[in-house]
Amino acid sequence: MYEGVVQNLIDELGMLPGVGPKSAQRIAFHLLAADPADVKRLAHALLEVKEKVRFCRVCGNVAAEEECRICRDARRDDHVICVVEESKDVVAIEKTREFRGRYHVLGGAISPIDGIGPDDLRIRELMTRLADGRVTELIIATDPNLEGEATATYLARLVKPMGLKVTRLASGLPVGGDLEYADEVTLGRAFEGRRLLDV
Amino acid sequence: MLRTQKLGEADRIITILTKRTGKVRGVAKGVRRTTSKFGARLEPFTHVDLQLHTGRTLDVITQAETLRPYGEALAADYPKYTAGSAMLETADRLTLGEKEPALRQFLLLVGGLRTLVEGEHEARLVLDAYFLRSLAVAGWAPALESCARCSATSVRAFAIVAGGVVCAACRPAGAAVPAPETIALMIALLRGDWPAADASESRHRAECSGLVAAYLQWHLEHGIRSLRHVERV
Ligand SMILES: [Zn+2]
Ligand SMILES: [Zn+2]
Repeated sequence: MYEGVVQNLIDELGMLPGVGPKSAQRIAFHLLAADPADVKRLAHALLEVKEKVRFCRVCGNVAAEEECRICRDARRDDHVICVVEESKDVVAIEKTREFRGRYHVLGGAISPIDGIGPDDLRIRELMTRLADGRVTELIIATDPNLEGEATATYLARLVKPMGLKVTRLASGLPVGGDLEYADEVTLGRAFEGRRLLDV
Repeated sequence: MLRTQKLGEADRIITILTKRTGKVRGVAKGVRRTTSKFGARLEPFTHVDLQLHTGRTLDVITQAETLRPYGEALAADYPKYTAGSAMLETADRLTLGEKEPALRQFLLLVGGLRTLVEGEHEARLVLDAYFLRSLAVAGWAPALESCARCSATSVRAFAIVAGGVVCAACRPAGAAVPAPETIALMIALLRGDWPAADASESRHRAECSGLVAAYLQWHLEHGIRSLRHVERV
């Protein structure tokens, strides 16, 4: 244990994803030794991101304004929505340049063991977007793991009465991984080879 | 495989119920990268053959071979997925210590998942049968055929606090009064009498699920989170 303020910093850093107690200690001492101007810039960036970045009111993606860059882009295809778990998946798919439609970010996947059910995700918002019948295809690009598959199953069943085409990324994406780790070529191919989900 | 939690950049902490050594936690390195050789083998619900290397704080998984990939079938059927999730969570909660042998809980879970996937019986019935039997293995079988307090055979109500059915004299205030058919269904599920259970009516199944869930939640301090999301077909 260290003096109050140092220990506070270590505890706060330790709450970040992927940062264990050892790394937290290493980062804390790096910051202690760093140039005050550098640390101020970091602190400012942290505050700014919480003040300025919000979630797009249409798709749930991170946005600098009310609506994200993709939702504001008139050149994108309104007839296709690609459903992903997180904003970082939007970034991964954009890199492939395979997809020109719109997105919908759920904010996670259905995982009953973690207490996450359909009502805890942005599924109601998705249904609202689909209500006017403009969208003809829903591409479900949740992670290729158990929770992602179960979420895809749930969504396919939910939108079935609406009569739109529901597809799922498939070929080449190994099961068990996170979508964000798929390379652009594999992910691009998975888009082309998407299969029809039938429930 | 009971559950997996993200660790760091690409690893997962994995909780496993084993045949011989009870519950074990281990680290699976790099499994979230799409190039991982483990991939689907370390997903919840999978019955795997594992090799672990004893580590300083957590064991490290070095090899995994799939015996039965129940997860794929469950993820394709939402009611089964939610029922299966509640089974995994219950197995995790009923096996308290790590590395304490829990062979009967292991066999019940594997049997329950297999029955769920085979789909011959309604998912919620399979789940309730699993709940009743795993509670029985844990030493908390509800009394169903005679009064939990005085052993009288003419029973009237179901009282969770008393530990099952009770006679008119022993009945505490606020005890539920289920249909006799509901109690009969609970007996059938606990015994594994599937012909009787499958023949039950839907309203008795609903009443049975309610009682079993309340009984389970009462015995497990923090309750089973998955239960809230279990769907009836
Ligand atoms: Zn947007
Ligand atoms: Zn009595």
